Amino acid sequence: MELIKEPWPWFVAGPLIALVMFSLIYFDKTFGFSSNLRTLCSAAGAGSVSDFFHFDWKNQKWNLVFLVGAILGGWISYQFLMDTESVEITASVQQSLKDDLGFENAGDRYLPLEIFGPEAWTSVSGIGILILSGFLVGFGARYAGGCTSGHAITGLSNLQLPSLIAVIGFFIGGLLMTYFGLPLIF
Amino acid sequence: MKYIKFILTGIVFGIVMTKAEIISWYRIYEMFRFGSFHMYGVIGSAVAIGIVLTQVIKHTGMKSFSGKPIQFAPKKKSIARYLIGGTFFGLGWALAGACPGPMFVLIGLGYFPILLVILGSLLGTFFYGLVKDKLPH
Repeated sequence: MELIKEPWPWFVAGPLIALVMFSLIYFDKTFGFSSNLRTLCSAAGAGSVSDFFHFDWKNQKWNLVFLVGAILGGWISYQFLMDTESVEITASVQQSLKDDLGFENAGDRYLPLEIFGPEAWTSVSGIGILILSGFLVGFGARYAGGCTSGHAITGLSNLQLPSLIAVIGFFIGGLLMTYFGLPLIF
Repeated sequence: MKYIKFILTGIVFGIVMTKAEIISWYRIYEMFRFGSFHMYGVIGSAVAIGIVLTQVIKHTGMKSFSGKPIQFAPKKKSIARYLIGGTFFGLGWALAGACPGPMFVLIGLGYFPILLVILGSLLGTFFYGLVKDKLPH
């Protein structure tokens, strides 16, 4: 039990993610989380505005159930499987967070207070940054036809060149944001 | 009853995302600064095992749980949509520090400002649906 409460190393997490992908394939489905965002738009009635959302979203209910399971998994971990919320990131990265972005106490919890703290709800720029970040993820995932699960895990596992191109795009965007965007914003 | 297997798979997914700190903003920042092997190990080992599993399924003609042949749909060929869409996704991934799965897992840990990120991701998805015919694919 003590071992479970420690952070899990990559060689435990990676194989388990492959197992999740395999399970969904074995149950006649696919591993693609961002499809849920489209499904939710469709369920909310977006089909009346765009054909893109005009499909029988009820066929995707299994994926929404998977989504609920993911939230439960987070809750179970938080309640029973962890002693501390701190994340031991590399010291040089911790230093660059302080020097470049002014983030103090980097890694003392899962998310930085500078972005996800109480001010996230009260300041216009705080709210704007969070909504913008999600907007880019949601727009980009649908434009690219998938996110990390659909392209980086499932697509690469099936040796799909389009997925490799998408993952290269993920990194182009991620590096641009990390080296140029974040220092501008914070 | 038929949904129980999906909620269980989702729970395993949520626990792995949490316990391996994949849902941590800091781990994503660290990955994009090439500061640690952790995230590369997670994705790399998942893909390595995924490639083997996919090949085994294809070569053995393995049947699914319901007895149907397992088939893999190839992705449509293109460069523009994957590169441009992927770049937008990456910009958001590095800012939010979370891709779509972890966004929802974080609700379970009580990080409620992530709900604004999820709202944004729904708006972004909706916006794509509005403009997709005008975009290069």
